[in-house]
Amino acid sequence: MPLLNQPVSLSHYLLVGAILFACGIVCMATKRNAIGVLMGVELVLNGAAVNFVAFSAPFLRGDAELALGLDGHLMTLFVIVLAAAEAAVALAIALCYYNTHATIDVDQGDELRG
Amino acid sequence: MELARLLPLLLLSAWLLPLGSFAAIVFAGPRMGRGGRKAAYLATGAIGAALVLSLAALGAWLWHHPLAADSQAVAPLSGDWYTLAEFGKLRLAIGYYIDALTLGMFVMVTLISTCIHVYSIGYMREELGEVTDPLVRGSDGGPLVRPGRFPRFFQYLSLFCFSMLGLVVAGNIAMVFVFWELVGICSYLLIGFYIERRSASTAANKAFLVNRVGDFGMIVGIMILLGGLGTFAFGDHLGAEGKVEPGIFSQVRPASAEHGLVVPDGLVRMAAADRLAAVYASMPSADAAEEEIARQIPQLRRAGYGYGLLILAGLGIFCGCVGKSAQFPLHVWLPDAMEGPTPVSALIHAATMVAAGVYLVGRFYPVFAPEVLLVIAVTGCITLFLAATIAIAATDIKRVLAYSTVSQLGYMMFSLGLGGWAAGLFHLFTHACFKALLFLCSGSVIHACHTNEMTEMGGLRKKMPWTAGTMLVGCLAISGAGIPLLIGLSGYHSKDAILAQAFSFARHAPAHAWLFYVAAAGAALTAFYMFRLWFMTFSGKPRVEQVYDHAHESPAVMIVPLVILAVLAISAGWTLPGVDWGLPELLEQARPLGTAEGFPEARTIAGLVVPAEHHSHAPAVHKIVSLAAFAAALAGFLIAAAFYGLRLLSAAAARRWFAPVHWLLVHKWFFDELYDALFVKPALFLARQAAEIDRGVIDWAADGSARLCLRIARIDDWIDRWIVDRFINGLGRWTWRLGLALRPLQSGQLRQYVVMIAVSTVTIFVLISIYRNYAFLP
Repeated sequence: MPLLNQPVSLSHYLLVGAILFACGIVCMATKRNAIGVLMGVELVLNGAAVNFVAFSAPFLRGDAELALGLDGHLMTLFVIVLAAAEAAVALAIALCYYNTHATIDVDQGDELRG
Repeated sequence: MELARLLPLLLLSAWLLPLGSFAAIVFAGPRMGRGGRKAAYLATGAIGAALVLSLAALGAWLWHHPLAADSQAVAPLSGDWYTLAEFGKLRLAIGYYIDALTLGMFVMVTLISTCIHVYSIGYMREELGEVTDPLVRGSDGGPLVRPGRFPRFFQYLSLFCFSMLGLVVAGNIAMVFVFWELVGICSYLLIGFYIERRSASTAANKAFLVNRVGDFGMIVGIMILLGGLGTFAFGDHLGAEGKVEPGIFSQVRPASAEHGLVVPDGLVRMAAADRLAAVYASMPSADAAEEEIARQIPQLRRAGYGYGLLILAGLGIFCGCVGKSAQFPLHVWLPDAMEGPTPVSALIHAATMVAAGVYLVGRFYPVFAPEVLLVIAVTGCITLFLAATIAIAATDIKRVLAYSTVSQLGYMMFSLGLGGWAAGLFHLFTHACFKALLFLCSGSVIHACHTNEMTEMGGLRKKMPWTAGTMLVGCLAISGAGIPLLIGLSGYHSKDAILAQAFSFARHAPAHAWLFYVAAAGAALTAFYMFRLWFMTFSGKPRVEQVYDHAHESPAVMIVPLVILAVLAISAGWTLPGVDWGLPELLEQARPLGTAEGFPEARTIAGLVVPAEHHSHAPAVHKIVSLAAFAAALAGFLIAAAFYGLRLLSAAAARRWFAPVHWLLVHKWFFDELYDALFVKPALFLARQAAEIDRGVIDWAADGSARLCLRIARIDDWIDRWIVDRFINGLGRWTWRLGLALRPLQSGQLRQYVVMIAVSTVTIFVLISIYRNYAFLP
């Protein structure tokens, strides 16, 4: 595993982000509990956020002298805010879902099938 | 108010009142009382008010221009009420041209019309309720029963009066033509009033069509005048820049030539267009060319250029008058016009329709060249004789009167053509009085007897004393009865004036002396057929008992107009002694400028001199003619009395002796048959051929193209069904199947979606990478 021998660099961040993303996807795909699915979504978002931060490192930019170099960080902040909002909405949906189905098993809700 | 503003205002109101009544009856006629009774009062009131206004206008005129034994011509008032449109120099306007003739006509038309309106209230009473027409078969085989048309009758009468008054007051020839045609359509509507009767509808058609023949000539005349003179207006007109634009009359008779007949520049230019074009081509500039042309025009005029056009214009206008005033050879419509109700006949024959033609000839008198006048005189002469002879043999009471009208109109045209302008129009006025009287009397007789045939009447004098008396007055008036050289009924004065003019003409132009003899013979014939009518109707023994038993005197509403008209028929020709007030003096005021001294010798016909009218007033002429006319009339009367009054001679025997003549006259000189063969049959033949072509060629082509269309449409249909539709349906089906096939993909399972999204994303990423040369591989 050559990466383990290297000092921490972009690839490591990306790897962490990819692992987080993959975990999130797997979590969404396997969890039948709606809360579990939401957690998967959070993981996916965080994986993306890690990528944003990683790519905003100053030595990756051509205009490092001119720019403040905070775009990735800002994007991440947006993602976090978005995730919070999304969680609020999603939890409300989950509650409604529970009220109508008496469960939060997402497999039970297939009313939208074609 | 000054005369120039007062008169147009008075005449405008008098003219528009009948139009208002017409419009009111059109919109509200049937709702005016039971059966539309009040429509009659409205129409009568309107024409009565018009009469009052006309009298006021005449009074105002006479106040400013008092009559005298030697009345001089007074300048007419002319102007426009309303300009419809202006195209360069050409103006289309509703204008007026007011002189003593206009005012006289207004009073005459409204007066006669008022009498006829009042009379019609009684005569048309049957139209108030349901009418049973025994002459028409209804759908059930019995006589036709139809709703009455009382208001409609008065509506037409009002329109008729409006049209005639418009024609009289018109200040330009375009307006004359419009009202000319309006008069025509009114006569059409009224002659065809009993539209269900085939004879009535064909008579209406005949009147209309025959008039169109004349109007064609009239349009030609108008076009020549418009093309040559560039104006429609009769009188001078103040132009836009304060410049006086001369009207038709002052162009033909300019003041610079002392109102003598001059071929206007415009007509010279029209006739010599080719030469003037050559001048234009040869000259360097347009102005120089105009100067040269202006220099050449007098000499071209002397060479006779434009004179032919002037004659043609005159003949054209006269042609219209021939149609309208039922002159030979277009006289055939008038007797058939008897199919209308009798008051209509009276109106047409006395005040409106036929008077229009004579009036227009009188109005256009200054434009006529001597050659045209000769044509007018000869036409009138033929007409008066022809119609008089036909009237002798007719047995239908209204037809006798119709032919007498044609004959009297012939007298008027005759007189106008001979230069007797005042005499001819004088006769128009007096004739209007006694002919209206005669027609209304005959209407009264028909109303009582329910038949038109004189052979079924007789002895009605005892049953209908008022009618008999007033009709006798009418007969005396039309025959020209009077005490020679002293006084007489209206017809005596006017007919004497005409014959005196004819005599004076014969002395000036001996080659045309025959005109006088024919006219004198016509006077005898007039007396004969009128008294034949009177004797056959009112004297002797009843010929058919039922008719006699059924007969009764007419109601007062019909008698009163008769009495009024009888008084007029007696007195219309008089000149009040001392003040010299009379129709001839009034007409002298209206005499067109420059015509008082007669016409110079005609350019193309040697020896044709139209003498001045005052020559005929010379005692030497007057005495001879007066006695001759009286003798002729007396002879006619005596013959009639001998045959029909005293029965000294047998009419049946006379018919046998003169069998061929009688046969000719009964068939009206075969004019109807001649026209039938010459025009009607060929027209029908052509129409039939055209119909054949229609059926054989045009219908065939139309049907063929329709069939072709059908074929093409079938092919189209096949293409639609089997190609377009199948393609579209296939597409739909394919989409449907695809949808069905893809349906399981949308399972509603959230987790599946996540997997699909992930897998698809990776797949897309991989595919793009492969496409981009394995970019993701080391």
